[in-house]
Amino acid sequence: MEERQSPSPCSSRPSSPRTPPCEMFGSVGIEAVLDQLRIKAMKTGFEFNIMVVGQSGLGKSTMVNTLFKSKVWQSSVPNLELPMPQTLELHSVTHVIEEKGLKLKLTVTDTPGFGDQINNDKCWDPILSYINQQYEKYLQEELLITRQRHIPDTRVHCCVYFVPPTGHCLRPLDIEFLRRLCRTVNVVPVIARADSLTIEEREAFRSRIQQNLKTHCIDVYPQKCFDEDINDRLLNSKIREQIPFAVVGADREHLVNGRCVLGRKTKWGIIEVENMAHCEFLLLRDLLIRSHLQDLKDITHNVHYENYRVLRLNESHMLPRGPGWVNLAPASPGQLMSPGPGKVRKRANKDSREDEC
Amino acid sequence: GEGCRTVPLAGHVGFDSLPDQLVNKSVSQGFCFNILCVGETGLGKSTLMDTLFNTKFEGEPATHTQPGVQLQSNTYDLQESNVGLKLTIVSTVGFGDQINKEDSYKPIVEFIDAQFEAYLQEELKIRRVLHTYHDSRIHVCLYFIAPTGHSLKSLDLVTMKKLDSKVNIIPIIAKSDAISKSELTKFKIKITSELVSNGVQIYQFPTDDESVAEINGTMNAHLPFAVVGSTEEVKIGNKMMRARQYPWGTVQVENEAHCDFVKLREMLIRVNMEDLREQTHTRHYELYRRCKLEEMGFKDTDPDSKPFSLQETYEAKRNEFLGELQKKEEEMRQMFVQRVKEKEAELKEAEKEVTVSLESRQLHEKFDRLKKLHQEEKKKLEDKKKSLDDEVNAFKQRKTAAELLQSQGSQAGGSQTLKRDKEKKK
Repeated sequence: MEERQSPSPCSSRPSSPRTPPCEMFGSVGIEAVLDQLRIKAMKTGFEFNIMVVGQSGLGKSTMVNTLFKSKVWQSSVPNLELPMPQTLELHSVTHVIEEKGLKLKLTVTDTPGFGDQINNDKCWDPILSYINQQYEKYLQEELLITRQRHIPDTRVHCCVYFVPPTGHCLRPLDIEFLRRLCRTVNVVPVIARADSLTIEEREAFRSRIQQNLKTHCIDVYPQKCFDEDINDRLLNSKIREQIPFAVVGADREHLVNGRCVLGRKTKWGIIEVENMAHCEFLLLRDLLIRSHLQDLKDITHNVHYENYRVLRLNESHMLPRGPGWVNLAPASPGQLMSPGPGKVRKRANKDSREDEC
Repeated sequence: GEGCRTVPLAGHVGFDSLPDQLVNKSVSQGFCFNILCVGETGLGKSTLMDTLFNTKFEGEPATHTQPGVQLQSNTYDLQESNVGLKLTIVSTVGFGDQINKEDSYKPIVEFIDAQFEAYLQEELKIRRVLHTYHDSRIHVCLYFIAPTGHSLKSLDLVTMKKLDSKVNIIPIIAKSDAISKSELTKFKIKITSELVSNGVQIYQFPTDDESVAEINGTMNAHLPFAVVGSTEEVKIGNKMMRARQYPWGTVQVENEAHCDFVKLREMLIRVNMEDLREQTHTRHYELYRRCKLEEMGFKDTDPDSKPFSLQETYEAKRNEFLGELQKKEEEMRQMFVQRVKEKEAELKEAEKEVTVSLESRQLHEKFDRLKKLHQEEKKKLEDKKKSLDDEVNAFKQRKTAAELLQSQGSQAGGSQTLKRDKEKKK
């Protein structure tokens, strides 16, 4: 008896074949929804979780302070009297920073002791385990019957990997780490302490690193397969050409030509952090904060988290699918260590067929 | 470490562009908005939609002869500057036309639930694509009240009561140009008090954010909106405006003194579209989801015990399922054994019959054979008898003939001839 024409279950992009476009004869006010979105976003605020990984002494803490222009982290000089930490410990610090009425809850996770041991085998395990634990926490919240209105998001949105400025190529430790992590989280590699390389050395180093990444099929952020349209492609291709950025961090200000700039003062000159001729810090900042922050979060949520979820749900049951059969066996330690599936899930994209590994 | 302190910034970092980043993403993905229009046939639902969105949606007016309430859903792509909106309009067809309206609300509730169910199924899938999923959940229900001027009909109260926990309801007085201004005020008051006394929760425009608190607060007081819809344009002054022309005057749709159409458009689209979507997702959908999952036997445990209640429920269900499976298997096996037995018995019977008939056939054959033999013997004997009889007859004849001759010879004097005949005969 009831005949229902249900709406077509396709994506909500315009000009799909089954929904006719409609001409409107005057302004309706639909664009006001953008303002409504903005108001809502300002009210709920934003969260961003960043992880910095690299050997000690590469300037990670300073870099974080420079990025967020505040004393997020106390840069630490390793105390040689205390024994070197035998295992990698992760430290997280959360701050709320506000700019023009917008509140950002920033969580920075540091990894002291990474790569500092004599035997660094499996030093990525605690990091992977931490990242997967955050996914697990979110998943548990999502599966509750009575859920919170806004699930607190502690998932790592971006992992900045500091490559030491050897000038040669990526070391085995770097390759191993990057290979495993880029499947689980967005990884942005940077050349740390780039003021020890000349411009030519820098370019050569960069191209060798890019080659290494390609050879080992390491897909760093921004991943090619997630470019949604031609504009994204153009923008991201430019960025991909310059990854890894050669950065310098500084939290002291100096006077240069009458201006007060952030920089490192040496006997042979002052390296200005925000000067594009000196280093590529601005590119890193723009990528992470000004243009791609939302994208980092979206890819974490729509791709990495979903991959983790699929893995978890598949592993912990062997019964029929469908509503009512969602369950979770307790996560075994092995699950938390292993990286996500080898093939990262792609959004519907017809053009990204080149350069697939 | 925790410690969520606020840190001062020493310069411009640039994350104030975040809302723009978010908005740009949303624009490229597009928005969707789903409106449900509930109201009797002929109250101007389609016309109002045309008027609201300044376009002409296709459709024929419905008849009053529908046997039951149906829902008709259509999806359209609207584009305004860079914003794309996928608009779905669902209308009831035949609402209020039946003689018995007890079940009229059911198709509507079922439809709304079906959309929640579809979303829930997608959300519970293992491989899901939520960010490109076409959300078909109803974001707002416009309830069209007939302009009687008196009070709500019982059908209206019953239907709205059934819908208020499932969808955001905005009641509107349709074709309100049929009511005079003074009657309208009384009508609105009556409707509002009836809704309150019956515990119907209609959608309240949100007043918690300062930027919209004032306008929303004022609008809340004007509910239900008295609207007039029209797609015809009439020249008023030197402008073409949408209006309804009567011999005694012209009702202008966009004139706030004539009707509340502009208020409806403001509230529905320009100010609260996003809030309507959010309420649908965070309140109505969550309620549906919670009820559905609890129905299926899931529950969250209290914070003391380990949060793997889903696991336990799953184990229990799994065992139950396996038990049932075993039971079924057993039953099937029993049935099979039974059938086999029956079949065996049948076969045995058949076998017996066959043997019996076989034996009887053999006997018959034997009998036939013997009979034949007997007949043959009989024939032979009869033949012999016949031949013997023939011989006897032949002998008798000769004897008679001989005796005759003898008697003739004796008469002629010839006992010598007789002797000679007798000697000859020897």
